Amino acid sequence: MSHLIGHYNYWIVIFLMMAGLYVVIAQGNLVKKIVGLNIFQAAVYILFISMAKIEGGTAPILVDGTTLYSNPLPHVLILTAIVVGVATTALALALVVRINSAYSSVEEDEIHEQDQSF
Amino acid sequence: MPLLAAPLCLLVYERRFAWGISTGLSLTALAIAALLLQHTLADGVISYELGGWSAHWGIEYRVDIVNAFVLLVVTTIASVVLLYARQSILGELYTGRIPLFYAMYMLCLGGLLGVTITGDVFNLFVFMEISALSSYTLIALSQERRALTSAYQYLIMGTIGATFLLIGIGLMYIMTGTLNMRDLADALPAVSGTRTIETAFAFIVVGISIKLALVPLHLWLPNAYAYAPSAVTAFIASTATKVAFYVLLRFLFTIFGVGFAFSNMLLGGIFLVLGLLAIFAGSTAAIFQDNVKRMLAYSSVAQIGFMILGVSFATTTGVGAAILHLFNHAIMKAALFLALGCVFYRLGSVNIKDMCGLGREMPWTMTAFVIGGLSLVGVPLSVGFISKWYLVLGALEQGWWPIAAAVLLASLLTLVYIWRVVDVAWLQCPAVRRQPVVTEAPPGMLLPLWALILANLYFGIDTSLSVGVAMRAAEWLLGGGG
Repeated sequence: MSHLIGHYNYWIVIFLMMAGLYVVIAQGNLVKKIVGLNIFQAAVYILFISMAKIEGGTAPILVDGTTLYSNPLPHVLILTAIVVGVATTALALALVVRINSAYSSVEEDEIHEQDQSF
Repeated sequence: MPLLAAPLCLLVYERRFAWGISTGLSLTALAIAALLLQHTLADGVISYELGGWSAHWGIEYRVDIVNAFVLLVVTTIASVVLLYARQSILGELYTGRIPLFYAMYMLCLGGLLGVTITGDVFNLFVFMEISALSSYTLIALSQERRALTSAYQYLIMGTIGATFLLIGIGLMYIMTGTLNMRDLADALPAVSGTRTIETAFAFIVVGISIKLALVPLHLWLPNAYAYAPSAVTAFIASTATKVAFYVLLRFLFTIFGVGFAFSNMLLGGIFLVLGLLAIFAGSTAAIFQDNVKRMLAYSSVAQIGFMILGVSFATTTGVGAAILHLFNHAIMKAALFLALGCVFYRLGSVNIKDMCGLGREMPWTMTAFVIGGLSLVGVPLSVGFISKWYLVLGALEQGWWPIAAAVLLASLLTLVYIWRVVDVAWLQCPAVRRQPVVTEAPPGMLLPLWALILANLYFGIDTSLSVGVAMRAAEWLLGGGG
């Protein structure tokens, strides 16, 4: 039992990851798919950040009296990954705008229908 | 360096200058890559520490025979396609967007080179996303509106793939506390029995397979290739999947090691089945396509199957054949897509019905297409023959007769879809009067195309360079060097 609760951060990660991936697959709306993708990526950020925490560790700044620090490297990595994620989202949204002006719809099945009718 | 060129292209914002800058830079990159390859062949590994941090903490660039070879392939194709793109994109893009095209192209090239050269797994992820994001944009630049939806589809799939890779990297970091490829390779055997590492391995392999468009994760590829501008298709088809393939090799052989990947995780069997599936599904789907660009896209899926098949043998000949096919497929697919680009430039369509009798109107282009196609089939004296020869040899070494037979059978399927185009272009409908009259493509497009075709023939006859390097690279990988 303590094993289950002790690793609660990983349960959150797994839940978010599955929820995000499910939204990406199941939703027909292109914007909602992007939201799902973001949730999926956020799960990975939490995975990285939570592994950096050491029990009792403080922020990795030189302060008198502490010897135990959290690992700063994952934070740096995730900062980069967040930037990548933002860029991806921006590009995806831009594409959706273009798709909307070309098809006047953001529903996957309607777009598919329009393509078939040619 | 190409990363530097991208903002320059934007700043200049003038078509010819932007072209000049990007072509100049990619030719320089080509020269550097050639020098690097020569250097690694002579001396072994080159390592460069970014920002002066030692490799364990900072990011390290590391070049050995394998990635020097891939660098050479990527820069060669990039330069040739750029020479070609100057005219071809005039017909396919809105004029105002052309400098943007060069900027994105340079970003994509920079990303791909970064992926290839880096010795740090997280850095690899970042570079991969740089190249992926710019390639989504390149695809969406096309005037065809379906390009938008296919770019979107590619984006969703690509991002999921990259995120999977990131999860795998995170799990490996949890267990080993390092991101450097060499340190990972040293640290992994100690913990390789744990569930975490097995999960990490699965995430990484699936993530890369999405990027690689391995069946059954290939669905983004045909649309993305079919609706992108021709120059973009030629570039992405012959570099992006190749670099993804290199990443796969790097993870399997250098980081995880042959023993872990193939005996603990049974990857050989999985890849064998998926590779064969890819070959047959891809080739069969290609036969039924009317859009020739789409046909070649499906054929790419099949060719990736050949490479995966080579890897699944996990012998020097098999892996060497895969690396060789990486090189050969890059030049023949680029040539075929460039030929189609010429057709599109004059005809405005790549549908097989519209290509009736085209062999008489555009003889140079279509001859190039035929030679490229024969090379894809694997006719002797062409590069396709060489890599298939080694693949069959690899299968026979293992005593797997049925697989060798399957490779030969798949070549026949290739012949079927290439023949469809040849049949329409040369043999059927003798005298079509087209309005307006279709003429040969301009020399600015034909020259790069023929350069690739001649390279096709050259490396089919004189194999010492490509085979020698590929085999040494395979030995290097299997020897656990790196």
